[in-house]
Amino acid sequence: RSTYDCYGIITAAFSAFHSQMKQSATVHCFPRQEIMKWNGWGYSDSKFLFNKKGQAEFTGKRYRLSGMILPSLQDWFENTFGASVKQHKSPPSLNAGALPPANLNEAFLQDLTATGIPFSHEADDRVFRAHGHCLHEIFALREGRGFQRVPDMVTWPNCHNDVVKIVELACKHNVCVIPYGGGTSVTGALECPPEEMRCIVSLDTSQMNRILWIDEKNLVARIEAGIIGQDLERLLNEGGYCTGHEPDSMEFSSLGGWVATRASGMKKNVYGNIEDLVVHIKVVTPRGVMEKSCQGPRMSTGPDVHHFILGSEGTLGVVTEVTMKIRPIPEYRKYGSVVFPNFEAGVACLREVAKQRCAPASIRLMDNEQFQFGHALKPQVSSIFTSFVEGLKKFYITKFKGFDPHQLCVATLLFEGDRERVLQHEKQVYDIAAKFGGLAAGEDNGQRGYILTFVIAYLRDLGLDYYVVAESFETSVPWDRVLDLCRNVKERIIRECKERGVQFQPLTSCRVTQTYDAGACVYFYFAFNYRGLADPVHTYEQVEHAARDEILANGGSLSHHHGVGKLRKEWMKESISDVGLGMLRSVKEYVDPDNIFGNRNLL
Amino acid sequence: MASTTLYSQRDPMLKKRDDFEDILEERRNSSDLKYAVRCYAPVLYKGLTPCKANMLKSMVLQSDHLRYVINQVSQESGEAPDIIHEEASVILEEMAHRLKISTVRFFAFTLTKAFKTLFQHICVNEEGIHRLQQAIQEHPVVLLPSHRSYMDFLLMSYILYTYDLALPVIAAGMDFMGMKFIGEMLRMSGAFFIRRSFGGDKLYWAVFSEYVKTMLRNGFAPIEFFLEGTRSRTCKSLTPKIGLLNIVMEPFFKGEVFDVHLVPISISYERILEESLYARELLGVPKPKESTSGLLKARRILSENYGSIHVYFGQPVSIRSLAQDKVNRCKYNLVPRHIPRKPTKETQSFVTDTAYRIVRLQEDSMVLKPWVLMASILLQNLEGLELSLLTEQTLWLRGLAQSCGAFLDWPDHTPSAKVVSSSLALHRGLVCVSGGRVSLVLGEPQGLVTPEEALFNRAVSVLSCASYRNQILHVFIRPAILAVAIHNAASSKKDEVFNCFSFLCKMFSDEFILCPGDTVQDFEEACYLLVKSGSVQTLQQNIVVTDRGQSTLSFLNGLLESFLQGYQLFSTLVLGNLNMFSDKCPVEGTI
Repeated sequence: RSTYDCYGIITAAFSAFHSQMKQSATVHCFPRQEIMKWNGWGYSDSKFLFNKKGQAEFTGKRYRLSGMILPSLQDWFENTFGASVKQHKSPPSLNAGALPPANLNEAFLQDLTATGIPFSHEADDRVFRAHGHCLHEIFALREGRGFQRVPDMVTWPNCHNDVVKIVELACKHNVCVIPYGGGTSVTGALECPPEEMRCIVSLDTSQMNRILWIDEKNLVARIEAGIIGQDLERLLNEGGYCTGHEPDSMEFSSLGGWVATRASGMKKNVYGNIEDLVVHIKVVTPRGVMEKSCQGPRMSTGPDVHHFILGSEGTLGVVTEVTMKIRPIPEYRKYGSVVFPNFEAGVACLREVAKQRCAPASIRLMDNEQFQFGHALKPQVSSIFTSFVEGLKKFYITKFKGFDPHQLCVATLLFEGDRERVLQHEKQVYDIAAKFGGLAAGEDNGQRGYILTFVIAYLRDLGLDYYVVAESFETSVPWDRVLDLCRNVKERIIRECKERGVQFQPLTSCRVTQTYDAGACVYFYFAFNYRGLADPVHTYEQVEHAARDEILANGGSLSHHHGVGKLRKEWMKESISDVGLGMLRSVKEYVDPDNIFGNRNLL
Repeated sequence: MASTTLYSQRDPMLKKRDDFEDILEERRNSSDLKYAVRCYAPVLYKGLTPCKANMLKSMVLQSDHLRYVINQVSQESGEAPDIIHEEASVILEEMAHRLKISTVRFFAFTLTKAFKTLFQHICVNEEGIHRLQQAIQEHPVVLLPSHRSYMDFLLMSYILYTYDLALPVIAAGMDFMGMKFIGEMLRMSGAFFIRRSFGGDKLYWAVFSEYVKTMLRNGFAPIEFFLEGTRSRTCKSLTPKIGLLNIVMEPFFKGEVFDVHLVPISISYERILEESLYARELLGVPKPKESTSGLLKARRILSENYGSIHVYFGQPVSIRSLAQDKVNRCKYNLVPRHIPRKPTKETQSFVTDTAYRIVRLQEDSMVLKPWVLMASILLQNLEGLELSLLTEQTLWLRGLAQSCGAFLDWPDHTPSAKVVSSSLALHRGLVCVSGGRVSLVLGEPQGLVTPEEALFNRAVSVLSCASYRNQILHVFIRPAILAVAIHNAASSKKDEVFNCFSFLCKMFSDEFILCPGDTVQDFEEACYLLVKSGSVQTLQQNIVVTDRGQSTLSFLNGLLESFLQGYQLFSTLVLGNLNMFSDKCPVEGTI
C-alpha cells in the first residue's frame, strides 16, 4: 500500500489509465480529458459543490475529503466574499466549432506519419494542450471564449529517439514545437503566441513515463521525463524507494516540467529542490542532443550547463531523460502542528528553526485567514465526542491561553526518518516553538493542512461557479523582510481592488511554505467576488500585476518555483539585469536560432 | 503624476476649500476645567504596537541600526562600544519626549485662558480634522505645519486635544530646553528636542533618526515637525529643510510601513505675537534667549488683541502615491536595511520636490486678511495716501488676488470702508490716520531721538509692515517674476521673456518657494494668470502688455522691487568689498 494516504486511491486508477493508453498507440488515442476536467482543475469526478441543502460537499472517491459534507464552508464562503450560494453560474460545454482551424504543415505531417509517431489534430486534444491553469486561461474556457491561438496538432513521442526525430523534422520544415508535460503551468507558459504563423505542434511527453533503471549502489534512477509525479513515487515505492520530490501539483505535473521550471517540493528540507535532485539531464535541442559524459556528483567544468536547462521553460528543447537521486522510503513519518498567538511569532519561530538548521521535512506557517479557511473545510464530525474534544481544545487555546482567534496562526509540520530520530527532532522543534509562544496543536491539524494543499486548487472552480475569482502566487524573500512583505502585499491587493471597483473586500492570505538559511518562500492566495465588474479577469490581472510590483519593491523575487512564463516576462530585465538577460538570449540564439521552440516564455 | 494629484485644478479660482469653525466659541461658554479633565480617547493607528515612552527608548538603543553605528563609531574613534552606547543613551535621554496626558490637560487649561484673552477666534476647518482622523487610523501620519510663531506647536496640540485626536510628538529646537520647567513641560506635552546643527555627528544622527523612525513604524503618535526648520521672521515661507522629511520617508522606501501620510497645515495669524521682535531681529538686535523669565516678562502681550487665527488642515498626501514611478524601492533590496546609506540622487530629488510641494500646499491654504492687501499697497506708497484711495486700491487688489487664487478672509456683508477702518484699528501700532491720510507710524513719538534711532524706528515699521505684505507674496510671486521679466527682457519675444524669468527664478530660489525644476511649469502658470486677468496677451511668439494691464504689472513690479534692490545692493557691496565677506556672509532674512 502506498504511503501517500492522501491520494492512495487515485494512483491505481490513474496508472491503469496510462497503461491502457499505451496498448493502443494509434492516432488521437490519448484523451486525458476523459478523466480530467477540460475547463478546471484535476479529475472530472472530483469537485466541490453546494448541494440542494446549501451544504458543501466534495464529490468523488479519490481524496480523504471525497464524499464528505463540509458544514461550515457555506457560511465562510458567503461571509468572506459577500457571495451567495444561490447565485450559481454553470460553465458552457466545449464548443469545437469556435476553434481556429488547424494550420497544418503538410510536408511535416507526411514525414511525421512516416516515422509512425502518433499524432492528432482533433479539436479537444488541441484545446486541452492550449493552456495551463492561470485564472485567465480557465476563465476563458469557462466563459466559452476559448483562445486566440491553440496548437495545430498534438504528437505523442514514446521515447528519446522519437523526440529527436520530431525535433529534426520540425527544424527541417520550420514548425513550432511546444513541449507539454503535465499541463499544470500557472505562468501562461503553455499558451501559444497569437502571432505565431507557423504550424504549432504540441509535443506531449506523457508516453515517456518509464523508469529506465534504478542504481541502488549510487541511489540514483534514470527516468523518462514525461512521468507524472505520483506515478514516479508509486513506482519507486514498489522497490522501497522514493525521490521525496513533492510539489503541490505532483498528482499531475511531470518530471520534465519540474526541470524546465526549477520546481520545488514540499519536503525539500530533507530531499532538496529539483536542482539538488538532478544528477544528469538529457535534452533534445534544435542543435542536437546535450548531455554530460558522466554522472559525477559535482563538477567544476565551467558554468553548469544543467542550469541552462533548469528553468528554461521549454524555450531551448525537450528534456527526455533525467537521472535523479532516490532515497529509501523513510521508516516513520509524523505530522504535527503548532498554534502561535500571531503571525509575527510564527515567522520568528520559523526563522529560528532555519537558523538552527533543524527544519522538519516540511514546515509551513499559515496566517489567520488561512487558519479560518482551513476551519471552514472541516468535515462534519462523526460523533458528539470528537466535537466535544474539539470544543475543549478551542477553549483552551482562545480562553485559557488568551489567544485571539482573529490573530492566531498555525504551523503545520511533517517529520520523516527513523522513529527515534523523528521523535527527537520533533521535541527540538516544539521546544523552539514554545519559546515563541507556540502551543502544540496535534497531528490531525497538521495532516489536515497538507490535505488542503491538494484540494485547494479544486476550490477555485467552486468559487468560479459563484462569481468568485481566485489565484495564488509566490515569491522568495530574505528573512528580515518576510513580515513587511506579507503585510504590504496584502494591503496593496486590498487597496488595488478597492480602486478598481471590487465591491466586497477581497480575501488575501499568505503562508510561509519553505524555509532556507537566508530567507523563506511565501505563498499568497487572493480571491474576490467579481459581481458588478465589467471585465473581472482584466481587473484581476491588474491587481496581480500591482501585487508583483509590491513584492519586488519589498525585496521579494520574481518567482520561487512557478517560473516566469509569459506572465512575468516584463520584469525579467529588472530582475536579472540587461547583461543577465543578454546571456540567456545568446544561449537561446545559439541553441535555437530559428526559434523552433517558440513558446516565447522567459525572454 | 504627483503634481496632478496635488494640483488637480488649473484655475486657482476653482480651488475648493473647507469652511471654518471657531473652537474658542465653545470655550467661552463652558468650563475650562471641565474641558481640561474631560475624557480623552483618541482613535489610534490600526497597526499600533502599544508601548510606553520608556519602551521606545530601549527599542531605539537596541535597534540594529544604532548598534551598527555604535560599532562603526567605536572602530573609528577607538573608544569601547560600551562608552559609545552610553553616549547614545545620554543623547537619547536629552532628546526624548515624555508625553503625559496630565501635562497636556494642564496646558489645555492654561492655554484656554491665554487664548481667550489673546485672540478673538481660533478657526479650524473641521473637514480637515475628519480627514486627519481617518488618516491617523490608516497610516502613520506626519503633521507639517507652517512656522510663524512659538505658538504654533502649542496651538497644534491644543487643537488635536480639542478634537480628540492622537497627540503628536514634536521635533523642537534645543533652545526650548534651556527654559527651566517650561522645557520639561513641553517635553511632557510631546516635544522632543534636537540640536540645531549636528552635521558631522554620526552618532547623534543615528539616535535621532532611529528615534523618529521607531515612533513612525510603531504608529506611536503622529510626528510633527516644521519643514521650514525655524520660525520665518518675515512671514514668507522659508525654503524647506529636507533632513527630517528624508527620515520619515525612509520607512516607506524600505517597506517597513505600507505608506506614510503627510498633512500640510497652514496656520495664519492675523497678528503675530512676535511681530516687532522679528523686525528688530532682522535689523540685527540679537534674538532674546528662550528663558522662562523672558516668557514671564512677555506677559504684557496678554493685554493686547491679536485678532484671529486660522488653522487649515490640508488633504493628507500619500508618500506612496507621490513616489510611484519616481522612486525605485528595489534599490533598497541589496543592502541590509539597518545600515545607514546616503539617499540616492533620485531619492534626494524626490524628497526635495515633495518638500517644496508641501510648503506650497501650506501657502495655498494660508488665510489672508484684508490688512495684508492694505499693507502691500502702503508699502508702495511709503509717503502715505488718502484713505479713500487706499480703500479703492485695496478693493482692486482684492479682485486681483482672488483671480490668482488667494484664500482671502474678507468679511461678508460689511461695507468695505468698515473693513478697512477696523483693520487699521487692529494695526494701529503700525499705521496712523490723520486728516484722511493713512501713513506708517514712524517710531515712537515720545522724547528726543537721535537720527540713527529715528532711522531704526522707521525701519522697524517698514519691516513689520513688510511681514504682512510678505504673506501674500506666494499668490503673486509667479506673475510678479513674469512682470519683472517682461519689464527687463530685451524684447517681448516669449523666449527672451522666459530666459529672463528663468534667471530670476534661479536668483530667487532661496527667497521664495520656487521648486527647482518647475521653471517651465511656473512660467506657464504665470502667463495663464496674467492672460486670464487681461493684463497681457500672447500674440504669436510675443508677450504683450495690454492697456488695462499696465496698473497690474506696475503693482507686481513694485512688489518685487525691494527684493531686487536688496540683491543689487548686496552684490555691489560684495563686489566692492570682496575681502570683507570672504568667509561668512550672513544673508539670512531679507529686506
